[in-house]
Amino acid sequence: MSGAPFLQAERIWKQFGSFTALADVSFDVHPGEFVCLLGPSGCGKTTLLRIIMGLETQTQGRILREERDISGLPPAQRDFGIVFQSYALFPNLTVFDNIGYGLHSRRMKRQQIRARVGELLTLIGMPEAARKYPAQLSGGQQQRVSLARALAPSPSLLLLDEPLSALDARLRVRLRHEVRSLQRRLRVTTILVTHDQEEALTMADRIVVMNQGIIEQIGTPMEIYLHPLSPFVADFVGEMNFLDGMLVAPNRVRVAGAELACGPTDGLPGAGPVRICFRPEDVDVRAHGASAVNAMPVEIAALDFLGSFYRATLRPAAANAAELRADIPIHLQRELDLAPGRLITVSLPADRIRVFARD
Amino acid sequence: MATAVAVVPARRKLARDEWIARMAVVALALWLLVAVALPLWALLSKSFQNRDGVFVGLANYATYFSNPALFSSFWNSIVVAAIATAVVLPAAFAYAYALTRTAMKAKGLFNALAQIPILAPSLLPAIALIYLFGNQGLLRGLLFGQSIYGPLGIVIAEAFYTFPHALLILVTALTTADARLYESAAALGASPRRIFLTVTLPGARYGILSAALVVFTLVVTDFGAPKVIGGRFNVLATDVYKQVVGQQNFQIGAVVAMMLLAPAVLSFAAERFVRRKQMAQLTAQAVPLVPKPQPLGDGAFLGLCALVAIPIVGILATAAFASLIKFWPYNLALSLRNYNFGNFETAGWLPYWNSLRLAGWTAVIGTALIFTGAYLQEKTRGLQAVRAVVQLFAMLPLAVPGLVLGISYIFFFNHPANPLGFLYGTMAILVLNTIAHFYTVGHLTATTALKQLDSEFEAVSASLRAPFYRTFGKVTVPVCLPAILDIAVYMFVNAMTTVSAVIFLWVPPTRVASIAVVYMDDAGWQGAAAAMAMMIVYTSATVKVLHVMLARTLDRRTQAWRRR
Repeated sequence: MSGAPFLQAERIWKQFGSFTALADVSFDVHPGEFVCLLGPSGCGKTTLLRIIMGLETQTQGRILREERDISGLPPAQRDFGIVFQSYALFPNLTVFDNIGYGLHSRRMKRQQIRARVGELLTLIGMPEAARKYPAQLSGGQQQRVSLARALAPSPSLLLLDEPLSALDARLRVRLRHEVRSLQRRLRVTTILVTHDQEEALTMADRIVVMNQGIIEQIGTPMEIYLHPLSPFVADFVGEMNFLDGMLVAPNRVRVAGAELACGPTDGLPGAGPVRICFRPEDVDVRAHGASAVNAMPVEIAALDFLGSFYRATLRPAAANAAELRADIPIHLQRELDLAPGRLITVSLPADRIRVFARD
Repeated sequence: MATAVAVVPARRKLARDEWIARMAVVALALWLLVAVALPLWALLSKSFQNRDGVFVGLANYATYFSNPALFSSFWNSIVVAAIATAVVLPAAFAYAYALTRTAMKAKGLFNALAQIPILAPSLLPAIALIYLFGNQGLLRGLLFGQSIYGPLGIVIAEAFYTFPHALLILVTALTTADARLYESAAALGASPRRIFLTVTLPGARYGILSAALVVFTLVVTDFGAPKVIGGRFNVLATDVYKQVVGQQNFQIGAVVAMMLLAPAVLSFAAERFVRRKQMAQLTAQAVPLVPKPQPLGDGAFLGLCALVAIPIVGILATAAFASLIKFWPYNLALSLRNYNFGNFETAGWLPYWNSLRLAGWTAVIGTALIFTGAYLQEKTRGLQAVRAVVQLFAMLPLAVPGLVLGISYIFFFNHPANPLGFLYGTMAILVLNTIAHFYTVGHLTATTALKQLDSEFEAVSASLRAPFYRTFGKVTVPVCLPAILDIAVYMFVNAMTTVSAVIFLWVPPTRVASIAVVYMDDAGWQGAAAAMAMMIVYTSATVKVLHVMLARTLDRRTQAWRRR
């Protein structure tokens, strides 16, 4: 991403009494970008969003918009729109009045307001809902109205605080695409807070992964998924196998009785205890005894049918080795006639194995 | 943890509406200081001073405790309150049980009948009891020579007066039952008796305790009933009055008021503690219990409820009848001459109109103040220290008996150095006092309603550049209108019926109806006193009926957005 960032969070600290909610957090958002703040509950992502909005004040650090410090501005002067998980629609106002609420504050004429609200209703695909009250709408519709209300005054930045978490799974998936395509069409710079890694992966241009008040990693969904920089990110985003092993030489580890080639080990001591990790879908399952590079023999401990694939729990032949999981396509299970108790060989692509220091 | 970077701590400017909110919170705190805190401080310091305002330590208390005539009132109050509690509690529990846990018929009617005492000052049951059991009472023979004047009369009158308060708490406690507990107990083969002892009673134990404390406090602090029917039996509430109004002994009056405050504050603290426990019992997953019809049991409970409701209705009917006859018991012809108040005292109907004014202003100003105050406290931010002060003094009035607040007002507003002294002897001080006296319940009602609103309304408004007061007017007030109406009616009815809160503060031009009842009863015009008491009941009842109708209309008109 080139050009000047639209928004910068610069060395933000937030202290609640003796509890540190945010510790030295910095990141940029570029114009038109869709950034997700991803992390488990209590990681500080919502606090960060509220600081950006001006609903909380950071203990230290600055928020810059187009390189101007806006830390001192109250929420009303920041020109940001916000959507909450609860939608916070005004129950006694119609959809029309809800969406038009922020336009009155800008002293727009009645005619202009009507036109703008109509425009937004069309945009969210609910042109006939103007006279309805929020209680008469479904959850998904309320979410759209809440989005339209935030977008109505054409904010320079849209903040979404877990906006899809209150919806059922199927609707959530559909709305992800709707919100994303709306954001692309309007080119409105957006920050979304979520604990749902799938949501972050499918929607974001870039993801900021947070944990316990610090930023673990910033990157595109692919970078985060394929090259997690810490065990936390590796574990939090997607499924991951963790095994303890020993680094025996650069790019070579001994694990579960086998010596494997692995991904880069730069920055680690030449030899010593490490944690290696790889994703279940990267495990290459072969018939027992089949010749394979970077392989180890394992026994199938359990086989769980998950619809489009099997998730196998595998027990390495070596004593005391931790179990690992592998995703096995249906057709492969049929071909190899896999069942619990069978012995198989698994091959692990060297470039898919990540190595972290273990302490 | 990493060391903090050397950056200047961030501070955010306040928007204009945030300034307004802060100033309003400060104003609220100042109001509560003047209306609650400073008067009580004046009372406390007065109890440690002699006639000339010199600090004398515990001398006044020593005088009080060494005077057996005064100290005996303390025990009289405690004993009478304990007996009244022991009488009311089982009756209210059975009544509440019938309303919540049985399929008894006419629940709505019985619930309504039980509310009657709320509409009347505690003077009314006392007057009615005198008509029934007094020296010329119709049913005097039933007392077997006992006198109604004294503890017996006080206990019966207080039982009438406190019953709806206990009932309300117990109904709430018994409504929050989890059906699954009962199903489990039944599935385990427990007998109905065992289920009652192991599930029902433990589940309602905090409610029972809470109701007991409330009844006890109400009786200790009530002035009306012992004033009318107490005879020579002295209690704390009548002692305060005698010391201050009769003997002009403000120092001892202050000490007695402190004695009155002590049990009230103690039981208030205990009640808050207990109520918090009760709240914690409610879980979101609880399955409401739906009582099944049991012809025999339901019939028994119907009889029991009738046994309680008949005396309640009977007492009211007696007062109504007494107000409408010529001369008890010699001439029982119907007449409205008791309502021609000019025949009995020169003020005539003025006290009644004064009561309407007092109740009207209290309802309008009080509700606006309480609701806005609760909103500021609940939904705006900043000035944490000021907010803590507001919270404390918003809760305190519930623990302060009306008499104590009234006498505190004398000491505070009548002090020559007080610039607010001009309020003394005006309707304004009655309104101020009454709002302060009933502040807490209104505040709690408002807070409960406000807590049900989405906590992000204010954040959303700020992001849409709408100042908080616009959202307050356009959203918060309309959505909370039912609660606001509840508060207004509560304030109105209490201002109509209260005696204790205003007994020290009225002057002839501002004499109110309940005070007129006390004075006409004192002067021997019992028919007129009954008539004035009935005027209070008619007015309160009318307001209640209007409230129900208005609430229904409101509900119908706002259905579209209230339905879930």
